[in-house]
Amino acid sequence: MKCRKCGGKAAINMRQHKLSLCREHYLEWLPEQTQRFIEKYRMFSPQARLLVAVSGGKDSLGLWDVLSRLGYQADGLYIGLGIDGGLAYSSESQRLAERFAAGRGLRLTVVDVAALEGATIPEAAARTQRGKDKPCSVCGLTKRHVMNRAALDGGYDVLVTGHNLDDEAAVLLGNTLTWATGYRARQGPVLEATHPGLVRKAKPFCRFYERETAAYALLRGIEYIYDECPHAVGAKSIYYKEVLNQMEAERPGLKLSFYLSFLEAKERGLIAAQSDPAAAGLHPCTTCGQPTSAPGQCAYCRTWERVRSQAVRTLEGGQPV
Amino acid sequence: MTARMTLRDREYEVRSGMTVRDALRQVGLQPEAVLATRQGELLTDDEILREGDEIRLVAVISGGANGVFDEVP
Repeated sequence: MKCRKCGGKAAINMRQHKLSLCREHYLEWLPEQTQRFIEKYRMFSPQARLLVAVSGGKDSLGLWDVLSRLGYQADGLYIGLGIDGGLAYSSESQRLAERFAAGRGLRLTVVDVAALEGATIPEAAARTQRGKDKPCSVCGLTKRHVMNRAALDGGYDVLVTGHNLDDEAAVLLGNTLTWATGYRARQGPVLEATHPGLVRKAKPFCRFYERETAAYALLRGIEYIYDECPHAVGAKSIYYKEVLNQMEAERPGLKLSFYLSFLEAKERGLIAAQSDPAAAGLHPCTTCGQPTSAPGQCAYCRTWERVRSQAVRTLEGGQPV
Repeated sequence: MTARMTLRDREYEVRSGMTVRDALRQVGLQPEAVLATRQGELLTDDEILREGDEIRLVAVISGGANGVFDEVP
C-alpha cells in the first residue's frame, strides 16, 4: 500500500477515510487534524493555558506531544492511583510520564492519591460500596475531582484529556443502551464550565480512532505503558469497543459516523439539554466547595470520608490496615 | 512456511503468504484492535507475511472509567 501524498510505502491505512500515509506524512497529518478539531469545536485559543491529564498511556502522551508541537502552553497532570496488579502499573506509568516531560522540558504536576486521601484506589474500593469488586468507579470519581481541582488551583483555562473516538463511541453506545439521556446531553468534544468551580474540558483527539493514536505514539517514538490497567479486564467499556470494532471491520467508518451523527443530532437540539444533570441545579459541596448535584456533600467527599472511617474502624478493631 | 505473531505473552503461528489482516482474523484477533510491526516498522494490514517473519502485535484498546469525565462532580 502506498502513501497517498508521496507514493512511498504506507505505514498506516485509515479505511474510514480511504487514506493511507507513510510515517513522515502521518506525523504531519495527525497534528494538522488535531488543530482542525480544536478550531472546529472551538476548544481553546492559542493563548489558553492548558492542563493535560496524562496517564502514561498512548493517548495522553501523544496528545501532550501534539499540543506542544502546535505551540500551545500545555502543562501535564499525573495522578498516582497506587495500582499495582502485579505489574507495578502506577509506578511504571508515572515513570514514563515523568520521563516524557523531562525529555521535552515540559512541566508535570504529580498528585498522589494515597498521600492526599490516605489510601490507594484499590484500598479505597475495597472499603466502600463503590466498586467492592472493581475500583473503576472510585477511580473515575477521584480522577475527575482531582483534575478539576488541580486545573482550578493552577489557574488553567482548560483541562484537556486524551479521549479518542473509540472511548467516545463506547461511552455513547453504553449510554444509548441504557437510555442515560442526561449523560448523552453532556457528552461532546467540549464540556463547558457551566458553573463556577467547574473547569472547561476539551478532548482534541475525540475524532481519532484508537489505532491512530497508538500509531502516532509508535511512529513518533513515544515510550508509553503498553500494559492495560489490571482492573480494566472485563470492563464494559472494553466490551463495547470490541462490539464496535466487529461492526467497523465489516463497515469501515461506522464508529466515526455513529459519533458524528450523535454530535449533529445534539447540534440540532435533538438531545434534550434539560436532561443534563448539570442543568438541574448545582450547589457547592459542604466539604470541598466543588459544585455537585447531590444534596450536601459531593460523591467524592462522601466516598473518601467513608474510606477513612472504615480505616479507623479497622484500626480500632486491632487489625492492621 | 510459517510466520509468528506475538501479542504480549501470547504467540500465534500462521502461514506465510497471507496478509496481516487475514492472519489476524484466522487467529481470532480483531484487525481494528491491534497494530502489527516487523522489526519496529509499522505494517498496513494488506502486508504479505513472509517466511520466518516475527510480527510483534501492539494492542490498542484501553478501557476503564472513560465516561465519568462527562459527569458533574
